[in-house]
Amino acid sequence: MLVSIYRYNPETDTKPAMQDVEVELPEGKDLMVLDVLEMMKARDPSIAYRRSCREGVCGSDGMNINGTNGLACITPVSSAVKPGGKLVLRPLMGLPVVRDLVVDMSLFYQQFEKIKPFLINDDAPPAIERLQSPEDREKLDGLYECILCACCSTNCPSFWWNPDKFVGPAGLLQAYRFLADSRDTATAQRLSELEDPFSVFRCRGIMNCVAVCPKGLNPTRAIGHIRSMLLQQAT
Amino acid sequence: MVTNVSSFGRSGLFDWVVQRVSAVILASYTLCILSTLLLNPDMTYPEWQLVFDSFSMRFFTLLTLLAILAHGWIGMWTISTDYLTTRMMGGKGTVLRIGFQLLCIGLTLLYLVWGIDILWGN
Ligand code: SF4
Ligand code: SF4
Ligand code: FES
Repeated sequence: MLVSIYRYNPETDTKPAMQDVEVELPEGKDLMVLDVLEMMKARDPSIAYRRSCREGVCGSDGMNINGTNGLACITPVSSAVKPGGKLVLRPLMGLPVVRDLVVDMSLFYQQFEKIKPFLINDDAPPAIERLQSPEDREKLDGLYECILCACCSTNCPSFWWNPDKFVGPAGLLQAYRFLADSRDTATAQRLSELEDPFSVFRCRGIMNCVAVCPKGLNPTRAIGHIRSMLLQQAT
Repeated sequence: MVTNVSSFGRSGLFDWVVQRVSAVILASYTLCILSTLLLNPDMTYPEWQLVFDSFSMRFFTLLTLLAILAHGWIGMWTISTDYLTTRMMGGKGTVLRIGFQLLCIGLTLLYLVWGIDILWGN
């Protein structure tokens, strides 16, 4: 199978280029895209990408596979490429490339940091732990599972244009995760920090984020909930 | 919190609500005009003028004009802060953005004065 891979080494290359590599795939087995990358790296150790868990848990191998963002380790070659087609691997869009498929995630993490991704509760801690009813706990389903792979935010036009001002789908999903947590007491303060024209309201509801989340999460719905909470608080 | 001085209400929530409310006004005005035309297929110019003689029609038209100007300004401001930025165009981004925003403000005010003149002028 022909694999076209984005190559860029800022130390030696003046500009990025696509490199075509022919890879022999074993018969009768549907490999994951990450397996193909590993085979390529065995032959050419200079290929750079991130990976760790190889089972869709760590979120480190988010990349653009034939035009769609996804995790290489859980994307079967058969679902990414039509029979006889070419596998095209590019880094996630909108973030600076460090080398080949490795991008600089700083802007993404800065937005995550901005929404204060931790429980805020100034009440004296109870002896054992802060309890939550099963119903309240259920409200966090579909939110806490995010692995911060950045597939969604780097597929979002609003994040491409303003990655320093728009929190992006991943950050907003987590913002709602703490807004929805019955144990968190900073709801009003959190909302007031999201009310400006950029942080939340740059979302245009295109749902590019929902289309690619490898965990099947729905940032657009969470953003809608944040908007309603803002509206409720203000009126 | 991200601050900004040139957005309509300086608050994302306010702009968002204005955008929605003005959209509803624009849609109802479109329906109103369309139904007037459909119900009176051979309307003459004097009859058309008569429609705008009533205070309620003039008021509705002015409201729609205000809605379209607010709606348009928020949209144009959003476009300018998406594309006419230093990130997208380098150093000249800021100059272009401010120029574009001033042009939009100028046009908005011009249309407002012009519209009021059409509705209530002689
Ligand atoms: S729905 Fe919003 S956050 Fe998701 S991709 Fe579209 S603009 Fe971005
Ligand atoms: S919401 Fe989904 S796509 Fe976005 S960072 Fe989390 S797991 Fe990845
Ligand atoms: S290697 Fe961990 S998510 Fe793919």
